[in-house]
Amino acid sequence: MPGLGAAQPEHATAGYLGAYGRMLLIRRFEAAMERLRALGEVQGPIHPYAGREAVAVGVCMALEPADYVSGHDHGHGHALAKGTDPEALAAELLGRETGVCGGRAGAASVIDLQNGLIGCHGTVGGSIAAAVGAGLAAGRRGRVAVAFFGGPSADLGYFHECMGIAAVRRLPVVLVCERDLHAERARGIAGADVAGRAAAHGMPSQVVDGDDLWAVRAAAAAAVARARSGEGPTLLECRARGLDEDSGGAGTMPRDPLAGARERLLADGVAADVLQELERGVEAELDRAVDRALAAPHPDPAGALATEFSPAR
Amino acid sequence: MSAPDLRTAIREALAEELERDAAVVLLGGCGEDPGGALGYLRERFGPERVLGAPSSGLALAGAAYGAAVAGLRPVFELASADLITLAMDGLVNRAAKFWHVSGGQGTVPLVARAAVGAGCRRGAIDSQSPCSWLQGVPGLKIAFPSSPAEARGLLKGAIRDDNPVVFLEHRRLRFARSAKGPVPEPDGEAIPLGGARVARAGRDLTIVSAGGSVSDALDAADLLAGDGVDAEVLDLRTLRPLDLEAVLESVARTNRLLAVEEGPRLGGWAAGLLGLVAERALHDLDDAWTLTMAELPIPYSPTLEDALLADAGSIVAGVRARLGLAPGVG
Repeated sequence: MPGLGAAQPEHATAGYLGAYGRMLLIRRFEAAMERLRALGEVQGPIHPYAGREAVAVGVCMALEPADYVSGHDHGHGHALAKGTDPEALAAELLGRETGVCGGRAGAASVIDLQNGLIGCHGTVGGSIAAAVGAGLAAGRRGRVAVAFFGGPSADLGYFHECMGIAAVRRLPVVLVCERDLHAERARGIAGADVAGRAAAHGMPSQVVDGDDLWAVRAAAAAAVARARSGEGPTLLECRARGLDEDSGGAGTMPRDPLAGARERLLADGVAADVLQELERGVEAELDRAVDRALAAPHPDPAGALATEFSPAR
Repeated sequence: MSAPDLRTAIREALAEELERDAAVVLLGGCGEDPGGALGYLRERFGPERVLGAPSSGLALAGAAYGAAVAGLRPVFELASADLITLAMDGLVNRAAKFWHVSGGQGTVPLVARAAVGAGCRRGAIDSQSPCSWLQGVPGLKIAFPSSPAEARGLLKGAIRDDNPVVFLEHRRLRFARSAKGPVPEPDGEAIPLGGARVARAGRDLTIVSAGGSVSDALDAADLLAGDGVDAEVLDLRTLRPLDLEAVLESVARTNRLLAVEEGPRLGGWAAGLLGLVAERALHDLDDAWTLTMAELPIPYSPTLEDALLADAGSIVAGVRARLGLAPGVG
């Protein structure tokens, strides 16, 4: 099967076909982990990403493997979008030794340096600072650093302080505000203009339809190109209508980005049986990944990393 | 070598490490900057190595963590250790945990420098010590040098260390006398973090301290020698990791332990140290006590501040009282 969005074949729909597979993987992975949680196999919290798959996947389509990404605590979406192995991620949530972080991180704090994921951040807004810091290093290597953060983070000190540093230093950074308008309305904090705040820092910004994979990818590609050419940071306000977080994934989705991507691919001439084969492939890969993760050993409390500090250089 | 002043010590350590390793970058420049160092270093190494940044503990600590994860070795400066409250998310929640949480994928080699310490008439919110706030954070090292020469060696050691380090520069070191008895000064080399130092050898009593209080302990030891009391002074150098073995080794010889801390007793490192020593070596102890501050914010008025702080005189008075010596003997 195709590389689930990791590769970028030449044909125009081919990249989006893989990206759709990656979005589906995120949706199905989350559902599988929720089932394992109900069974007591996954014991920690899982913060849903359903309804925002187009944001993570669309942005990561515009990135190179060596580029940096920092996520928030709904981080399995960012991890899978950036290329983390679903088996290693499932094993992490299951607390297994074969987890991407050896079972030390859990869902909210996943780190996968090999795929450029510098961390997921449960302390709100922390992902912004991490990406801006990585941007200081990224510029030396021609890389770009991306921060994903939720709408409420844009009200915090991290947001403005880090925009200031990124703008003044023209860092190769893309700030991606993932607004889940459904959840924001439920919490009574919807309605703010996030993109407009970039102007105070002399930073360009754009409001993007976060339910539309094609729109996200196009906006991200422009922002990434700007960052890589040394012109500085961009703020993307991706408005997804998503799921109500409080409904535990059972809420309504006014406009499902996954269904939208499927319809668009069909309209662009992708045959239905090609999509179905892709979907079967995703399901099969996920089933294998979960089975292998469940069979993996738990970490040995007496094992490695029993020391407090990394060995001094 | 003759001991440098703090200004020179810090500037030279930063310059040598910037020279030695291209991954080292300096962030900030909002602090008290006792070297006036950053202007000089920016001129010498350029704005890509010595970066200006806003006076924000939140953003600086968070960005330093991200930069360190991505391969740099950032050194940033907080305007004062009191502002470490705003840097705690990056330092405590991120940097200190990264190596473990990532399953050993990477390290966070950052250094957070901060001026610290009472006795300089800066009031309650610019004099306090963050040592006890930080000491209970696994994965975070705390270096607390006791002299300008020690600051130079320990800062180089901190920058070379792969773990995050809070580096506390006591304000009284700026006024430290250049020579303090026969104590050998390090020769500009990096001092690896984690080992205590015998600042003065003695047989009758072990005085353990760190940072600016070490010179008080040395002065007290000189005065106590006049009483016929031969005090050993142990400079912890780092509060985490804590060189408990060095304390135990000393106490096994002297059988008396005094821990001097510039901070409140409850929850402080000195009280914690006594507990650890009692747990391991109660049989070695004839006496053990702490000399700390009252459980109060540090007042501004010189009269009030001086009354709150330990100094050589109060160390000597405490030792005489515990040993049953008459005041002023000798």
